[in-house]
Amino acid sequence: MKESMKEIIRVEGVSFSYDGVPALLDINLSVHRGDFLAIIGPNGSGKTTLLKIMVGLLRPGQGRVWLFGQPLEDFKQWHKIGYIQQKATNFDPIFPISVAEVIAASLNSVSRPVKPGRRQVRNKIMEALQTVGLESEAGKPMNSLSGGQQQRVLIARALSTEPEILLLDEPTTGIDYPSQENFYDLLGKLNKQKQLTIVLVTHDYGIVNRHVNRVACLNQKLVYHGEHSEFCQSDRFRELLHGGHHLISHRH
Amino acid sequence: MNGSLIFSGLFLRALLAGGGLALACGLLGVFLVLRRDAMISHGLSHVAFAGVALGLALNLMPVIVAILVCLAGSLLILRLKEQARLPGDTAIALLSSGGLALAVFLMSIKKDFGAELMAYLFGDILAIAPSEVYLAVGLALLVTAGIFLNLSRLIFMTFDREAARVSGLSLSRLDRLLVMMTAVTIVLGLRIVGLLLVTGLTVIPAASALQLARNFRQTLFLSSLFSLLSILGGIVLAYVFNLPASAAIIFLALLIFSLSHLAKRWR
Repeated sequence: MKESMKEIIRVEGVSFSYDGVPALLDINLSVHRGDFLAIIGPNGSGKTTLLKIMVGLLRPGQGRVWLFGQPLEDFKQWHKIGYIQQKATNFDPIFPISVAEVIAASLNSVSRPVKPGRRQVRNKIMEALQTVGLESEAGKPMNSLSGGQQQRVLIARALSTEPEILLLDEPTTGIDYPSQENFYDLLGKLNKQKQLTIVLVTHDYGIVNRHVNRVACLNQKLVYHGEHSEFCQSDRFRELLHGGHHLISHRH
Repeated sequence: MNGSLIFSGLFLRALLAGGGLALACGLLGVFLVLRRDAMISHGLSHVAFAGVALGLALNLMPVIVAILVCLAGSLLILRLKEQARLPGDTAIALLSSGGLALAVFLMSIKKDFGAELMAYLFGDILAIAPSEVYLAVGLALLVTAGIFLNLSRLIFMTFDREAARVSGLSLSRLDRLLVMMTAVTIVLGLRIVGLLLVTGLTVIPAASALQLARNFRQTLFLSSLFSLLSILGGIVLAYVFNLPASAAIIFLALLIFSLSHLAKRWR
């Protein structure tokens, strides 16, 4: 199998319900190396639930998930996975932590085949901050940064463990539009230049569609899963363009 | 003050035990406050009090029995939170009232240890026995080592629980470690400042540090420093002015909090 075709995540027949109320029904989906997959759908369509199932935060009622070819239950190489949750920047504003400490805590915690030394940790922190353009902010308190900068720090934290895939849940909620554009440009660059596989849950397809190459459209069931270019020619995309917002809704 | 008193075994023992406890409280308190778990010390102090009563009723070493009972109580609080899906403060309320009820019950059936039990209600550091000092210092060092050996993991979990879980950390193991270290520290604190004031020891120095610190390293350092100043200063004040040590310790801790808060506003 070509390296670019390597399957990183496979979701097979996954269903999930919250206290008997179905959230996901029979989802089959796969993510391959180099993909930039956008999971889109209206509020309550199960996007976040699906992402949480993919990273093992929720256990599916039915079906299975494979990560890097291994059943999720047996998966141990968590340093290969970077995850940024919804409203990740809504952390406790009194939390006294510097930008460098946010990344160091993760770097020193994640189990890896070889544990990095102190100098290596420092280098990796600076390297990750350089990638997101925040190397001069390393010593600043996290709560003194703007929402957009905080989001970049969390990306740097995820990148510091050199993951092969980044999964993000509505990462730009509450961030101003120019910062959102910069953020998605950065993700696009990481995907193209560093071959980083990205799975992004979003309700705002408009802002990400120039970066993604695959789309999964969700409404409890998987309505569409395929190439972005084909999606653009589909009826569902036209519905979006012409204001048929039943797939995508904004509630801010 | 009589100079020889300063170097008396009694005084040195109090300082040694107080210093150990201060370090453990200062470090642990930062995590408890940031996790919104400050009241767990309050709940566990009641459970520990029941342990002391049980130890006295059974003629066993009360501190040891209290540590065992408190460790069991700490794990029970976690279990109630996870399995009975109770909010943390409700689980703590169940345990703390249960603990106090048990202590009252034991006192009623065995009336002869009431006075001794009172020492654990208000603390009596100046009456601490040599064996208790070794135990206090040993356990305090164990708690301190437990925190430093797991420092990054504890910071990661406290800052971003979900990301920490996805990174492969066993959060249930870390939660257990943290509550068990709290249980041990609370029992040590019970001997020094007593049931009624021990929560303050784990909360006030950390709250003061949070007024001033700009990063986590500073927070841990300041919290430990404020905790040491409060406990050691309180013991000295108690000696000099013949005050109850527990009250002097908490007053000092509150004074440091007030000054830290003012310093923050002026900055």
